[in-house]
Amino acid sequence: MKRRLAGGLAAVLAGTLVLAACGDDDTTGEGGGGAAALTPVKLQLQWAYQAQFAGYIAARDKGFFEEEGLDVELLEAAVDTPPHQVLADGGADFAIAWVPKALQIRESGAEITNIAQIFQRSGTLQVSFKDKGINAPADLAGKKVGNWGFGNEYELFAAMTEAGIDPSSGVTLVQQDFNMNALLSGDIDAAQAMSYNEYAQVLEAENPATGELYKPEDFTVLDWDEVGTAMLQDSIWADTEKLEDPAYQDTATKIIKASIKGWVYCRDNPEECRDLVVAAGSKLGASHQLWQMNEVNQLIWPSPDGIGTLDEAAWKQTVEIAKATKNADGDTVLTKDPEGLAYTTDYVTKALEELRGEGVDVTGTNYKPITVTLEPGGV
Amino acid sequence: MTTASPPTASPPAEPRTRVSRSRPPGWRGGERLRRGLLAVTAVLVLCALWELYKAIGPATGGRLLGVPVLPRANDIAMPHTWAILDELGKQEVRTAGSDTVGASVLKAMWFTIKISLVGLVTGIVVGVLLAVAMARLKIVERGLLPYVVISQTVPLIALAPLVAGWGGKLHLGGLEWQRWMSVSLIAAYLAFFPVAVGMLRGLQSPGANALELMRSYAASWWQTFLRLRLPTSVPFLLPALRLAAASAVIGAIVAEISTGTRGGIGRLIVDYSQSASSNSSRLYDAVLGAAVVGLIFAGLVSLLEVALTWRRGRGAAPGGTTQKAGS
Repeated sequence: MKRRLAGGLAAVLAGTLVLAACGDDDTTGEGGGGAAALTPVKLQLQWAYQAQFAGYIAARDKGFFEEEGLDVELLEAAVDTPPHQVLADGGADFAIAWVPKALQIRESGAEITNIAQIFQRSGTLQVSFKDKGINAPADLAGKKVGNWGFGNEYELFAAMTEAGIDPSSGVTLVQQDFNMNALLSGDIDAAQAMSYNEYAQVLEAENPATGELYKPEDFTVLDWDEVGTAMLQDSIWADTEKLEDPAYQDTATKIIKASIKGWVYCRDNPEECRDLVVAAGSKLGASHQLWQMNEVNQLIWPSPDGIGTLDEAAWKQTVEIAKATKNADGDTVLTKDPEGLAYTTDYVTKALEELRGEGVDVTGTNYKPITVTLEPGGV
Repeated sequence: MTTASPPTASPPAEPRTRVSRSRPPGWRGGERLRRGLLAVTAVLVLCALWELYKAIGPATGGRLLGVPVLPRANDIAMPHTWAILDELGKQEVRTAGSDTVGASVLKAMWFTIKISLVGLVTGIVVGVLLAVAMARLKIVERGLLPYVVISQTVPLIALAPLVAGWGGKLHLGGLEWQRWMSVSLIAAYLAFFPVAVGMLRGLQSPGANALELMRSYAASWWQTFLRLRLPTSVPFLLPALRLAAASAVIGAIVAEISTGTRGGIGRLIVDYSQSASSNSSRLYDAVLGAAVVGLIFAGLVSLLEVALTWRRGRGAAPGGTTQKAGS
């Protein structure tokens, strides 16, 4: 009896192992594939699939990458795998990263170059309840200020420094979570939020006082674009050394071109792009993703010089702020101006030329945002 | 919490079986039924306590001198138990073809189970091999054991991105390194330690009298190993396996979060926690899924335990084992 039981158990265990092994084969299959003629490229995103990357997801799913002869694999990021680091380590061919964080790693020796500045404006906000009376950066003094750290906090720190508050002693800094519970429950006074993500999370939550969703009127929002401490965000970065190679140069132009096509597509078809993002595996909810798509479009469009063109004044502002802003440890983000090839507009210019030739509207002069109604929980 | 029930199942097993032998044969089924009922009751009591606290606890939490001491009892911090269950049946995203939360959690559990299992098996193999090498050669033990101990003091969050980074450049023959392999590797890294240490202790456990007996038979090292050391190591290996199984699951879940591997419970927890400001029920569903994965692994180890102890027969442990096992 015992013997038979144990034999059965061993069989079950062996079966599980075999099943596990089979299942693993499925996942292995995903990486390979693709026609032989396509150039395989790995593009490292900055976070999980969400509408922030809708342009790239659309370029992949609508075949824009393929049209350019690229087989692009989009890599999702995690807390501990910053995209600029992955690119510098050779884990990806291109990466989407924020400019100040990328410049910081450049200063420590990583050779990466900004080849297209997709987002023209910053989407970072500092959100607080209206009754806290935080109407300007100076009002943050003595408050509990939430931030994400990891280099996402420089605009906030720059605004505080400019207002005469020492970020390391003038406020209580609190490391924020993936959600806005700390703000809603009053653990922090002002929370860092992206216009396209966390701000929407707040507006999807129920106000216990009214039984309805919170409204924008319940909050005060500090927008760094208005305060003047905005820094450049999502941009495509390439490996500087590999940029010497004509084949890689060619790929750089192509990946920019296809990505721009994706972003143009998402500007014109926000609902469809939302569906692509959801299909890619995002769990954030349909109305939330549409909101995100709409907000992200507003960070890009209109792009008077053509999407992806780096505005030199904005670049200078980013560098100046990065040199003047002290972080929580009292060090500045950058100690000197970026050296070497920190950015180039060669490839984006070439890509835009080709796109204009194909009749694609790359400036979006007449772009109008849509109106999105957030559902409870963002579903 | 997840491994709380199995440990009580094994050590007192001996007296209990002895008692049950004197009872009529049909009684064992009753015993099993009673235990099952007890487990269900425990869960129900836990749910009742949860609801009780929700009913009487302060909605905004209790603070003593500004330090939070009582958890918040509002619906975001502590959703109703039925809301958590109800959420399982809801659609994840309101679009055509979207899975229900329950289906998503099940899929993620299966993914994490596969990855943890690969990690656990790798960890056990590596741990056992290390233990055998250390038991065979004193110099290996002296040289290796400190590093085995040091290996566990490296924080997982520091290790995970490194492993993921190396993995990106590895090609094993025609096989390209996949991200899930990094996760399994980290799970194995946590799992091998208790096995190596526990197994080594077990291999060294035979008393001098037993070893001398083997020597008097002119047994070779391998004969001594197979006939004496290996069987005596089993009681030490079993608790080590329990620890290893728990470590493998925790390692896999944390590594999924850390390396951004999509598909498993760890990633689902991050995904769901992003919408926890308005709906935290599904976050609890994902956490429950993680707990169930832990239980499944505890169950697997119990099966392994039955398989390992069945050959030995009860109370037939060679000399020296029994009194040392307790120390």
